Amino acid sequence: MARSKGRGSQEVNAGSMADIAFLLLIFFLVTTTMASDKGILNILPPKLDPNVPPPDIQKNERNIFTILINANDDLLVEGEYRRSPDGLDKEIKDFVLNFGAPTEKGVALYNTFPATLQAQALRRAESSDDPTEAVVSIKTNRGTSYELFLEVFDLAKKAYFDIYGERVGLSADEYRQLTGDDDASKALQDRGKADLPMAISIAEPDKIGGN
Amino acid sequence: MSKFKKKTKADTTIPTSALPDIIFMLLFFFMVTTVLRDQEILVEQKIPQASQLQKLQKKSLISYLFIGKPKNTSLYGSEPRVQANDVLVTAPDIVQWVNQERDKLPEADRGGITISMKVDKDVKMGPISDVQTELRNADARRVLYASTGKIYDN
Repeated sequence: MARSKGRGSQEVNAGSMADIAFLLLIFFLVTTTMASDKGILNILPPKLDPNVPPPDIQKNERNIFTILINANDDLLVEGEYRRSPDGLDKEIKDFVLNFGAPTEKGVALYNTFPATLQAQALRRAESSDDPTEAVVSIKTNRGTSYELFLEVFDLAKKAYFDIYGERVGLSADEYRQLTGDDDASKALQDRGKADLPMAISIAEPDKIGGN
Repeated sequence: MSKFKKKTKADTTIPTSALPDIIFMLLFFFMVTTVLRDQEILVEQKIPQASQLQKLQKKSLISYLFIGKPKNTSLYGSEPRVQANDVLVTAPDIVQWVNQERDKLPEADRGGITISMKVDKDVKMGPISDVQTELRNADARRVLYASTGKIYDN
């Protein structure tokens, strides 16, 4: 029978196991790059059909928050010159939540807001009518630095995320962390942005001063 | 003297029998998180910072475009260039590249293709606008401006 065979030592020598594992570990340590797929999402406008004239959009000047950035990285915000984009997020938020002359949709939206957001409506006649009408327009130049453009775009997004978050009782950061994976977070996400799309328009850069 | 010698020596050896297990655990962690770099980056990449970062749910939908000043300036010049896969391309080639990337995806996901633009800080808006025009032509309109985290103090 097989039993009669003499048994040698059956144990594998495990002493060098640690060394082998170390070697592999060091290999993966060196080759690893932590995946960084974070960024600011933007949806580009669709391509214009050359046969169809661009839609003629009539919008009141007061409903557009214009930010111009020139090749020297100077800003012109609503006709005012400034050097740095600091504080833009607050101004954009005030602009969006202004409710100067709300339309029917605007009134319905206003009624869904919690009291803290309703209190922020400044009702200035020269600012936006209501959030459904408000548009933030960013226009750059071909010579504008990408870093500054991204900073301004970031601030505009921050203003909207602040509003979305406040609507559902979260901070902007907490709102952005919502994944929409499960029903609860999806419901919160949808409730935050219901009837209030992010209206950030990025105009094509003009040609002066770039390459 | 004998007073000092009286101290009994404690056993100072550390038990190392669990060491391989610990190392293996670390090893598995790095094996799982590792992404082997399948392409060499030919352009400079200093990713700008932003605060309102979003993470995409489906990583398979992302294709990468690298934009920046070439590292090898004697070969490619010092103007910002666009790198797709592992070659530098010009703007008109991007439509074809997008279509190739889209064909790699399963049919149901093709509409959701997202282009992650990894742009160097020092690039101006001109080249970026050219790339975006081409992306619109290719109907790949979801764009992710890759950036790293920043915290505002307010």
